[in-house]
Formats: sequence, C-alpha cells, structure tokens
Amino acid sequence: MPRSFTVLDLLDLDLKDHNALQLVCLAGRKGLTRTITQPDINRPGLALSGFFEDFNARRIQLFGNGETSYLKQLSQKDHWEDIEKFFSQQIPCCIFSNGYRPEEKFLQITEKYGCPVLASDLNSSDFTVRIIRALDDVFAPQKTIHGVFVEVSGLGVLIRGDSGVGKSEAALELIERGHRLVCDDAVDIRCVSGNTLLGKPVNPALGHHLEVRGIGIINVAQLFGVAAIQFQKEIEMVMELELWDPSKEYERLGTKDKTAEILGVKLPLMQIPVKPGRNIAIIIETAVMNHRLKKMGIHSAQEFHENVIQWLESENARNVYLRKTKGVNTQ
Amino acid sequence: MVEKVVTVKNRAGIHARPAGMIVTLANKFESQIFIEKENDKINAKSIMGLITLGVLCNTPIKISANGTDEQQAVDALALLIDNRFEE
Repeated sequence: MPRSFTVLDLLDLDLKDHNALQLVCLAGRKGLTRTITQPDINRPGLALSGFFEDFNARRIQLFGNGETSYLKQLSQKDHWEDIEKFFSQQIPCCIFSNGYRPEEKFLQITEKYGCPVLASDLNSSDFTVRIIRALDDVFAPQKTIHGVFVEVSGLGVLIRGDSGVGKSEAALELIERGHRLVCDDAVDIRCVSGNTLLGKPVNPALGHHLEVRGIGIINVAQLFGVAAIQFQKEIEMVMELELWDPSKEYERLGTKDKTAEILGVKLPLMQIPVKPGRNIAIIIETAVMNHRLKKMGIHSAQEFHENVIQWLESENARNVYLRKTKGVNTQ
Repeated sequence: MVEKVVTVKNRAGIHARPAGMIVTLANKFESQIFIEKENDKINAKSIMGLITLGVLCNTPIKISANGTDEQQAVDALALLIDNRFEE
C-alpha cells in the first residue's frame, strides 16, 4: 500500500457494476480524512450495547438490520450514552447498509465526534462481500515493474527486458495480430489472495499508450480500437527478452520449466533471445499456446522425449531379436 | 550502486518534454538507471514509465544507477533536474 487510505478514498473508489459499493456520505464530512488501516469490517452490535471489551475500533463499522433496529429502540428511549462512548473511540467510519438512514440525533453525535457516516443501498451480506474484496485489492502488496503487459489469446503475459530490447515493438506486433495491450513500460502489480497477480496501468488515464522508437507515443485504443486494449489482467506468464548472447546456452528442448518470482508468487518464465530476423511476436504467441497445451496436460517437449525413448527401446529390442533369429538361421 | 535524492523544481513537473530529456540523457549511459517516487520505481530509460510516474513540482525523487558509469549517470541526471530542464 503506497499511501494511507482514507475514507474519502473509499468513497472515490472507481468500482463498476457488480463491484460498486453505492456509498454516499450522510454526515461527518470533516472526518473523511480519517485513515482506514484494516481491510476488514466489524459488526458493532455488542459495542453499541455498551460492551467494549475486545472491540475492534480500527475497523470500518457496519450497521446492518440488527444494529439499526437496536438504534431505533435507543432513540425511542432517548438513551444515547453508549453511542457517545462508541464514537469517542477513533473509529474510521460507520456504514449503514440496506439503505437505512439513521436518526437526526445519531447524526448530530457523529458530527460532534467528526466520524463520517456513510450509507449504501446494498444489503449487508452483498455489501460485506464487495467491501472486503475492494479493501483486499487496496491493501494487497503492490509493486511497479518495468515491462510491457499484454493479453495473448486470453493469457496475461508480462514481457520484461532491458530498455531498447524491443518489448514495445513485440507488443505492437501482438496487437496487430489481434491480441491486447494492458500497459506499456510501468505495470502496477498487486498480489491478491496471496497467489494471484493482477497487473494494470499505473495511471489509468495515461494507459494504453505505447512508445515506439522512431514514431513516438501512439494511442493504441484510438489506432487499433477498443478491442485492442484491456484494463486489468491476471499475470500468468513472464517472457524475458534479452539480446542474443552467443556465449550463453538457451533452452533447446523445453523439457525444463523455469519460474520467475514476483511478490512471492511463482510464474512460468521463458527467456527469449532477441536477434534481428527473429519474429518475437510469433515466438511469444507460440509460447503461450504451448503453455495452454501444458495446462491441458499435453507437454509437447516431454511427450516427444518419451516417444524418442520408446522408439529407441523398441528399435533396440528389434535389433536384439533380429540378431538372435539370424544366429538361428545360420546354424 | 549510486543513489541521489533530488527535488523537481520546474512548475509543471516531469511532463512529456522533461521526460524525453531524461530518457535521452539516460540512454547515453551504459548503467541501469532507475527513478523512484514513493513506492514506484521505474526505469529511467523508458519514457512512458517516467511520464506515468506523475512527478509534480517540489516532489523529491531518487535517482539510482548501477553499472560502469553509475556516478556520471546520476550526476548528469541530477544536474539536468536541478537546472529545471532548461525551462
């Protein structure tokens, strides 16, 4: 997490469709700068009734059906001490689900303590799932990596390599061949749920541009259409481009699988030597297809190896047999 | 490995033109050169990375270089940034 994540950032999260939190701010605007430090929510039922032992004040407090009914009862009795005590703790914000709007008196208390009150029209369980997913994403370990990130036949491929080795040119040809660009040069990588790497442009407003030596910066979305771009993708493979080094041994059989590690997640790695006349885009495309075959249980190189062994063995057996029968005939 | 922290002083920050100047200068050196702002670290030889870093006026950035001409590279880049990209 690069910067502190405030309640205002939570309201500003750009989530769409089935991810949207549908949050509005009802009161306590001056508290919008409070930071959220834990990617989890708390149902404050017990704390509202005055039991503060082990109360997790640093979490977002979610008021669902139970809590709101209890608040209604409190307001009928005009009994607000526990609520005052509740808000005197530094809680980041409280959120009402089910579109419930709290009483005027309740809002006055939150204003007094400067605690933001948000509301969402979603029901509690939907809202919980969505906010935990959103917070997981925000609090996920993050890293910016130099490379070009493309989607090839539906598989997220991170192309790495030194500046000027031809990453952008390879990406351009892949786009031309019907694949998609996620971002060029700087890839924002997040590790979600411990084993999945998601890559997206560092700055969404500047994403989908490609720098090609000799032409300059081009807008891929406008040049090739929206079908040529993707906003976010899981990274499933790493391609390392490097200038062909005659003294170095490159993989010839493909029976050994290499891996690269990013944010603790291991990914299949392929090192591809670059030399004039080698069409990198087609090599990447083929590597991706081959990887998909492997995932389907067909390992071309290994199968080839096994077939060779089998053939050699049968050939050997045939020779032994022939020699024997020849021996018999000459006798 | 040589590192230096400099503050960007020109008003518009590192936009397209300064980014182009940094990249052109960085490419004259053999060392690997990186520019770091907060948690983001990018290759100083790539123009898109540098622009997307979004360096504003008065932002401290860290230049680091690793290689045979690392000292010269860091000094030259720091000088360029200190001179406000001749703006």
